[in-house]
Amino acid sequence: MAKQYETVIGLEVHVELATKTKIFCSCSTEFGGAPNTHTCPVCTGMPGSLPVLNKQVVEYAIAVGLATNCSITQYCKFDRKNYFYPDNPQNYQISQLYLPICRNGGVEIDTPAGKKTIGIHEIHMEEDAGKLIHDEWEDCSLVDFNRSGVPLIEIVSEPDMRSAEEVIAYLDKLRLIIQYLGASDCKLNEGSMRADVNLSVREVGAKEFGTRTEMKNLNSFKAIARAIEGERARQIELLEEGKEVVQETRRWDDNKEYSYAMRSKEDAQDYRYFPDPDLVPIMISDEWIERIKAAQPELRTEKLERYKKEFDIPDYDAEILTSSKKMADLFEATTELCKKPKKVSNWLMVETLRLMKENDMEADDLSFSPENLAKLIELVDAGTINSSVAKEVFEVIFKEDIDPNKYVEEKGLKAVNDEGALRATIEEVIANNPQSVEDYHNGKEKAIGFLVGQTMKAMQGKANPGMVNKILKELL
Amino acid sequence: MANIISDETMEYVGILAKLELSEEEKEQAKSDMGKMLDYIDKLNELDTSNVEPMSHVFPVNNVFREDVVTNGDDRENILKNAPGVKEGAFKVPKTVE
Ligand SMILES: [Zn+2]
Repeated sequence: MAKQYETVIGLEVHVELATKTKIFCSCSTEFGGAPNTHTCPVCTGMPGSLPVLNKQVVEYAIAVGLATNCSITQYCKFDRKNYFYPDNPQNYQISQLYLPICRNGGVEIDTPAGKKTIGIHEIHMEEDAGKLIHDEWEDCSLVDFNRSGVPLIEIVSEPDMRSAEEVIAYLDKLRLIIQYLGASDCKLNEGSMRADVNLSVREVGAKEFGTRTEMKNLNSFKAIARAIEGERARQIELLEEGKEVVQETRRWDDNKEYSYAMRSKEDAQDYRYFPDPDLVPIMISDEWIERIKAAQPELRTEKLERYKKEFDIPDYDAEILTSSKKMADLFEATTELCKKPKKVSNWLMVETLRLMKENDMEADDLSFSPENLAKLIELVDAGTINSSVAKEVFEVIFKEDIDPNKYVEEKGLKAVNDEGALRATIEEVIANNPQSVEDYHNGKEKAIGFLVGQTMKAMQGKANPGMVNKILKELL
Repeated sequence: MANIISDETMEYVGILAKLELSEEEKEQAKSDMGKMLDYIDKLNELDTSNVEPMSHVFPVNNVFREDVVTNGDDRENILKNAPGVKEGAFKVPKTVE
């Protein structure tokens, strides 16, 4: 019988914090500025410059730690991780090795076999590096330090995951917690959330872990799932051939669906950590922790329960509405405006999800405003437009966030509630379709549907369907 | 001197520090490092089991900044220290992982 293998996975997740300034200087963290326009002597590592810690970074790190059931290290400090690379201007990265701010936590995920806790070994604060752009023309590299010093937290899990599904569930859980806290937008495709996957395989039942590799360059959930499958297969193949897995860092190429060993820097991974003498220790009092706990916004589970109770939203719908912070925010803001939670939920659950799927979009990409959705709901409720026109108008709101009141006015989409006009049109439809009228009188209920359709067509879709039905039956 | 630094260690430290040393400099560095380690051994003779490790020489903690942007665009000055400049970036020898 062929050997059975088990995959053992641990994750190192880097999350860019949503602060306005960098971790050790007052430069902006804004994304996309021209190269080096958000830099100063501190974040370019000029001699004699001194770092000063951004308090908000500590507060976000504590908030994430509390929300992931970690204990907070009440006396913590920063260390220097030494290595040479052009994106690292000081030749060391300021990070935390000895006393990371959070330790021993965990989050619960849902698996097909039930609930499972994924342990969090530690969370530490550190600074991001600059960006290297390779210039093929001149055969040189160009360094942009705008990102240098942007605050990160690194969340190090225990090797508790056994499949790609568990990894995705864990990442999704982390992302939701951190988004709800407002500590980061956690966009994998923009790099504000990055995951390195540590993976090894072992025979089922083995006690020792196998040799692991670390995979980098994973910027979507799909890429992570493919990389895990690919690396698992590669390691099993090596073992089956009687070869050994080499402990190394590999770069996943999602187009080729294969990972490549990264050329190991000529020096071994010997970072010679030591306490950073430029930064003083951080003392986190019980009061400080309590204050952050008290200010913690409503997290997903609480929100989900509240939606069910307060708005009478069914379980499944509440799950979807809270599955991203963006969706939940849209739901609440729109409901606040129009006070019709069920209708708001309906627009988000049906039309919004449909259009997202059609356009391959994530909730975070949604750009329409609660104001315009609320106005649309009012228009339908007041009978100003009928529901099929409303769907068309919503598509435009979804794409361009237009004001539906103006749009309906300009395009002449108002429902015709003028009974006289409607009656005249219906009389004409009846006169033009004697066959359907006869069918109806012979008991074919369906024939009325055809007549409604003809009427709507004659009215360019603007008739109130309820009224059409009523008048039709009356005249027939 | 109790601590003898081997040629391999010297080589390794040289690589980590990105230093190319002449034979003469290597010998000098080996002797300096040996002496440093001897001094550490001397310190290790002290019983420090009941002493909190010191992480900073000043009895100061919690020095923070508020999260407010006060730095503007100072690229021109920053780039004055660059070995080379191209398109607003520091130009360095090609470095690829
Ligand atoms: Zn700066």
